[in-house]
Amino acid sequence: MMFDRLYEKDVAITGIGQSEVGRPSNKSAMRLTLDACLEAIADAGLSRDDIDGVSCWPGDNNNGDAFSPVGPNALIGTLGLNVNWYGGGYEGPGPLAGVINGAMAIAAGLCRHVLVFRTITEATRRQTDKGASALTSKTVGRDTSAAWQWYTPFNVLSGVNLMAMYAQRHFHDYGTTPEQLAQIALTCRANAALNPKAVYRTPLSMDDYMASRMISTPLRMLDCDVHCDASTAIILSRVDAAQDGPNPPVRIEAIGAALHQPWSWDQLDLTAMATRDCGDMMWARTDIKPAEVGNAQLYDGFSILTMMWLEGLRLCPRGESGPFVEGGRRIALTGELPVNTNGGQLSGGRTHGLGYVHEACSQLWGRAGARQVAPHKVAVAASGGGPLGGSLLLVRD
Amino acid sequence: MTRKLPALTPENRAFWQGGADKELRMHHCGECSRFFHPPAPICPRCLSEDVAPKAVSGAGKVVTFTVNHQPWHADLKDPYVVAIVELAEQAGLRFVTNIVGMAPEDVFIDMPVSVCFEQVEDVWLPLFEKAA
Repeated sequence: MMFDRLYEKDVAITGIGQSEVGRPSNKSAMRLTLDACLEAIADAGLSRDDIDGVSCWPGDNNNGDAFSPVGPNALIGTLGLNVNWYGGGYEGPGPLAGVINGAMAIAAGLCRHVLVFRTITEATRRQTDKGASALTSKTVGRDTSAAWQWYTPFNVLSGVNLMAMYAQRHFHDYGTTPEQLAQIALTCRANAALNPKAVYRTPLSMDDYMASRMISTPLRMLDCDVHCDASTAIILSRVDAAQDGPNPPVRIEAIGAALHQPWSWDQLDLTAMATRDCGDMMWARTDIKPAEVGNAQLYDGFSILTMMWLEGLRLCPRGESGPFVEGGRRIALTGELPVNTNGGQLSGGRTHGLGYVHEACSQLWGRAGARQVAPHKVAVAASGGGPLGGSLLLVRD
Repeated sequence: MTRKLPALTPENRAFWQGGADKELRMHHCGECSRFFHPPAPICPRCLSEDVAPKAVSGAGKVVTFTVNHQPWHADLKDPYVVAIVELAEQAGLRFVTNIVGMAPEDVFIDMPVSVCFEQVEDVWLPLFEKAA
């Protein structure tokens, strides 16, 4: 793969913000969104009037359900923004699409400072509707969706069944064990204990994991992320407008957004999904090497996905994520590659995508408090499962 | 077991209704002589529009599977098997289905299977049993 223009080099992250992470929160979706966005704008040393773009994945999908109750349309008016470009929508390279699209808008000359945000209120929604996040809730009556119609008739009612089949095949092909998989959940919980905002902070043992209820073999309850109410925001700035703020700019060194296979949950590479396509693209756009990564925030909507991101982004060889995470030493806060340092979505809360970028920057800026890892310059954030996948290589010079 | 049913379209009708004639029908390209799934008006490999549903043997093997234990609704109390089955006709020709007629814990990867159909309204769901 050859690229002769590397647009992301024109863009840096200059500020971050996040609301409370509630299970549930008593605040409205818009209140949470404003908490995150106003904090991010102030953190970048900017004012409301500096923001000339808004980006979001997935936007409110014209229905504002709990998966994404606030999109750019509502936020622009509420914050009184005057934007030159804005965008949202589900179709794109996963939960980091808001960052990837916003960075493109800056590099294309449309904007100088783009506010990227992601709000989710699934904890509140599930108090009244346990099926709120089911695949069947995406269509009324007969299934008309291009993808889900091939799964829901077979009572695939949650993404967990698809991820479980990926995990089963990974176990079969590579000898990955339940004890190895458990290490993702155990590592996240250990890190969450040091994150005051994390949803689950009580200690977790291997025995606790093995006693966890089976949801869809081989995935247990503790392999599934925890719903929450939260909003996360990131400020993207053109690099020449990023130098005067209070934070050292975190440059977007390279992005991965590739999908070289069908957008499908059963026609794709079952033990890599989109992660290798993203990894190939991301590493082709930089001279930095995987060994230089000092913190890795890797999607853990389900634990097996973190394993596949480790392999797909070449942070360990293909098929070797099991031995790599075994015992947890390498991926611990003090290890060679700290992973999901805020507790991830498994224990921190399903902020769904931008939480990984928020944490990667917190670590690069040395603002991660009790969970701060050793000083480093390079981080990676990746998000998505199945055909959804996007990754960011972030550098603090 | 209650099931969410697919909306039928000109493209997917042969797949979902072939069971009325006890046939599993997969889209096939006359130009490159390859099957593809999901069905579409054009071959994703060679872009030929010479495509049509074609009956297959219904024989295949389990590529991967999971035993679902979560009762997503009251009618799904018992564990059931979701699988991806690859058909004998072509490597990579596969789709999500259920394995039925056996204890869930006895299903394994590479297990030979053959198609059977479950009719619900105007849809004949292609499910699979362990091959005799």
